[in-house]
Amino acid sequence: MDLDFTEEQDMLRNSARDFLSTECDKAMVRQIEESEEGYSPEIWRKMAELGWQGLLIPEEYDGMGMGLMDLVVIFEEIGRNILPSPFLVTVALGTPPIVEGGSEEQKKEILPRVSSGEAILTLALTEPSAGYTADCVELKADAQGDSFVLNGTKLFVEFASASDYMVVVARTKSGGDPENGITLLLVDSKSPGIKIEPFATTGMDKQCEVVFDNVSVPKGNIIGELDKGWPIMAKTLEKATVAKCAEMVGGMQAVLDMSVAYAKERVQYGRPIGSFQAIQHMLADMYLRVETSKNILYQAAWMVSEGLPAAEKVAIAKGWCNEAYKKVTEDGVEVHGAIGTTRDHDMGLYYRRSKAAEPTFGDTESQRELVAQQLGL
Amino acid sequence: MDLGFSEEQEMLRKTARDFLETECPTSLVKEMAEDEQGYTSELWGKMAELGWMGLALPEEHDGMGMSFLDLAVLLEEMGRACLPGPFFSTVVLGGLTILEAGNEEQKKEFLPKIAAGEAILTMALTEPSASYDPASITVKAVPDKDDYVISGTKLFVENAHIADYLICVTRTKDGAGKGEDGITLFLVDGKSPGITTTLLKTIAGDKQCEITFDNVRVPQKNMLGERDKGWPVVAKILQKATVAKCAEMIGGAQAALDMSVAYAKERIQFGRPIGSFQAIQHHCANMVTDVDGSRFITYQAAWKVSEGLPAVMEVSMAKAWVSEAYRRVTQLGHQIHGGIGFCMDHDMPLYFKRAKAAEPTFGSADWHREIVARELGL
Amino acid sequence: MDFSFSPDEEKFRQEVHDFVAREVPPGLETGVGGFVESEDEWQFARGMTQKLAAKGWLSMAWPKEYGGQDAHMKSVILNEEMNYLGAPGLDFGGVGMLAPALMAHGTEEQKKRFLPGIASGDVLWCQGWSEPGAGSDLPSLTTRAVEDGDDFVINGQKVWTSHAQHANWCFLLVKTDPDAEPKHRGISFLLVDFKAPGITISPLITMADERAFSEVFYDNVRVPKENLVGEKNRGWRVAMTAAGFERSGIYRIALARRNVDRLIQYAKEPQPDGRVPAKDPLVRQNLADLYVEGEISRILAYRVAWQQAQGLQPEWEASMARLFGCEFQQHVAHTGMEIMGLYGLLRENSKWANTECKMARQSLLAVGATIAAGTSEVQRNAIAMRGLGLPRG
Repeated sequence: MDLDFTEEQDMLRNSARDFLSTECDKAMVRQIEESEEGYSPEIWRKMAELGWQGLLIPEEYDGMGMGLMDLVVIFEEIGRNILPSPFLVTVALGTPPIVEGGSEEQKKEILPRVSSGEAILTLALTEPSAGYTADCVELKADAQGDSFVLNGTKLFVEFASASDYMVVVARTKSGGDPENGITLLLVDSKSPGIKIEPFATTGMDKQCEVVFDNVSVPKGNIIGELDKGWPIMAKTLEKATVAKCAEMVGGMQAVLDMSVAYAKERVQYGRPIGSFQAIQHMLADMYLRVETSKNILYQAAWMVSEGLPAAEKVAIAKGWCNEAYKKVTEDGVEVHGAIGTTRDHDMGLYYRRSKAAEPTFGDTESQRELVAQQLGL
Repeated sequence: MDLGFSEEQEMLRKTARDFLETECPTSLVKEMAEDEQGYTSELWGKMAELGWMGLALPEEHDGMGMSFLDLAVLLEEMGRACLPGPFFSTVVLGGLTILEAGNEEQKKEFLPKIAAGEAILTMALTEPSASYDPASITVKAVPDKDDYVISGTKLFVENAHIADYLICVTRTKDGAGKGEDGITLFLVDGKSPGITTTLLKTIAGDKQCEITFDNVRVPQKNMLGERDKGWPVVAKILQKATVAKCAEMIGGAQAALDMSVAYAKERIQFGRPIGSFQAIQHHCANMVTDVDGSRFITYQAAWKVSEGLPAVMEVSMAKAWVSEAYRRVTQLGHQIHGGIGFCMDHDMPLYFKRAKAAEPTFGSADWHREIVARELGL
Repeated sequence: MDFSFSPDEEKFRQEVHDFVAREVPPGLETGVGGFVESEDEWQFARGMTQKLAAKGWLSMAWPKEYGGQDAHMKSVILNEEMNYLGAPGLDFGGVGMLAPALMAHGTEEQKKRFLPGIASGDVLWCQGWSEPGAGSDLPSLTTRAVEDGDDFVINGQKVWTSHAQHANWCFLLVKTDPDAEPKHRGISFLLVDFKAPGITISPLITMADERAFSEVFYDNVRVPKENLVGEKNRGWRVAMTAAGFERSGIYRIALARRNVDRLIQYAKEPQPDGRVPAKDPLVRQNLADLYVEGEISRILAYRVAWQQAQGLQPEWEASMARLFGCEFQQHVAHTGMEIMGLYGLLRENSKWANTECKMARQSLLAVGATIAAGTSEVQRNAIAMRGLGLPRG
């Protein structure tokens, strides 16, 4: 047992924290949020210089060949600072299927461009049913000659608007086991017949509707095997969920730090409010939520990175982080009082993100249900 | 709108509180939890003298002709005192059912006995399924000449071991689904041949029983209400019993609150009363909010029931809320009392145990939330 | 990071499991903290303690120089398995509290005299700390020890002394300077032979009907000065060492997890009316929630254990593990009662009672969880002030 991060990981954390606080202060966060692209190409380029986009990509494809625990460190810092960008969708949703199931040719073509920051990827999985299970995938890919023709609608595709490629999860066979008959396709986001429309969300995170109207995709763009795409998807979702949880944990930590600092400095009745037991106990509970979230996340991340069966732990982590982030931000607002509810205050930035993160990759109830299934209930 | 209690109700409350403080100290409550019978005839007799068993029965049947709302006030005080014994089962489950469904002859025979404290009653409703759903009634009553013959097992029947009469909820019709149709009520002599009663051991020391009916013969004239049409009666009584239970619960919650606040004022730690610490203050504030909210929601339901207004929603809201509020109040009460409250001899555990016992009785919070959801058209 | 136990540790867990399966008759089951009820069970528990000692397990967390194995992590595994399986025999007071305090603060003479009896499981020690007026505020204790020749003379009353009726010796906190400020600088740590005249024991029965605790009255009890551990008026430091040796609180979590696993089993089985509780979505959600809390409790406890195994002194981390574990225990008891409905109200010796899920008893035991040995309020104070550096009120 070793429950510490490595020295390298501590260094990675420090440099990430420095980089983000320098490059992306809260004024910048707000500016990017309001922008049409929803991210800053300049920061994106600098991140690539640091090698972040290629973190999970093997060195032979110009990546850094690092592990999921390293990625957790980065995502914690991103969540802590807030960085509106297509980083999670590129690194944790778009890249893993290619690394996992892509052909040599696909890897050679796409991965170096991801590493260099030239290509933005995303995953087109969810549909109007807004579920993350195989039975929710209805978008059809019909084989026609050397191509597949895609018809249907994907919803909540984050940063589809900024993407160069989408990994589209399509149904190529109906009936029977819903996990059988799902195919992953690498699709150029600018292909004719694709209509992308971003909509306004709580998280201001460029969620898009993507309509496929007779979109033709060459058969060579299948990632993995025909009809056998779901296992790759499930693995990808595990990683992405871990990344999302790390982002949430970072956000919680930021809210806790802000709230503690405020409780020490804000004076009422002639003393800092942090000396009142009611505030102390609220902050103690926030701290407890942050620490429990971290511990369960690290365990889940470790299991995924070791290739151990991790479905249960990942579900536990996401369900727990959902509730924790929600409560921590609510209590954070409470500690701050009225000032915390103003638009200019940073609390709101985190509060909105806690709401946006909750349903992403499964809300609390669905995670609990997954746990219940794992327990044979 | 009038959200206050009447002068009579205030007097009733005061009399009840004084009487129970003298006659039903917590030492007696603890003794009765261990006692097999579970009550003393002395206290029972004194309560009858005060007219309590007949409080909500009509005067023509030797009752006091007061309302269900008045009964709720009395039950609140009983909950405060943790009154042991068969008052609830006799009056609420027995007396009110006969009043609701009995014919003139039955009323004449049984209600004066109840009012006089001469008869102990209970209702044999739940079965091993431990559910308050009509579908779970499987104990059979089969006609045979002038009798019905009852067979089956009832479980969680309070005070069956001392009951003179049981109101047994039976199924008299096969097929036709297992729903509300085909349920019939019988007034059964508790000493009938074929009845076996086993006392269960429970967390609160209340006297829950198993009753097995082995071909128990009941004369046809003991049928309460119409054959096969008994469920609406049960539903009505369940509604009253649920509110009555809530009234008992708020009395208990109030007592736990009062004790805890008093203790918080007197217990010194770190050189000051613990009630001067904000954490304890907020515990107390949360408790009083729970008690007050519970009282309001309970009396709203009690008033509607008392007035004969539709109250399904109000009753279920009350039970769903009060079940959890009483639990929170006793839990915080224990937290305030610390180690001393964890001792067997202390009074706090009486309330904790009763809160636990009351939670699933007449339907848990979840059960009643489901009813509220249904009433909302969900 | 590495969340796994070593193969050696995993093997040890299995050994403990096999040992318990071999030694403990079915049906015997301890309460929180390894407590047993009847005299027969108590005798059995003492036998188990000696067997554990013979295997070298009882004091395995001790440093090698005192006959231990420096195996802190393994001792936590032992603790977890024994409590999960409801096996009696672990000795917390002597092995887990007094011995480490003696190692750090005792004289060579005291170590030689007392440690062997603890390690062999032959001498049973009880803890005399709490008083009626000194609970959360322990330093305000008033049991007096006055010097008289070669002795201290003790007068006063203790409460919540565990196993007093069976104990051979007691490690006692007394006031030797009633005027000291801060109060904890007037406290001394004494070792008291329970055969000494003037000691009266009065059993204290808990609301869960546990009979493991007592009130102990000291009426001019003479204790030789050689039984003072550490310096006079500096007993608080000794007490803190005693309380700090094992802080994971894994025993409580193991017991609560056992109850969760039983509830899960219960929910899978058809009930008397054929209904399978696990089909109810609310039951599924609630059980999953309990399981999640169990997993998190466990991680928090392991973290504390791991820190201690590294020679670190967890502070707020231990308060957190404890707070979370205690509230978890209560949550299990409460939700278990909900899931079992009216059946949950039955005591374990009643007809119709479920023989596995004894939730009525668990719910009563759980009341003490957030009170004993540091209330949840005190834990939150510690987390806020020591963990977050918030100012004192």
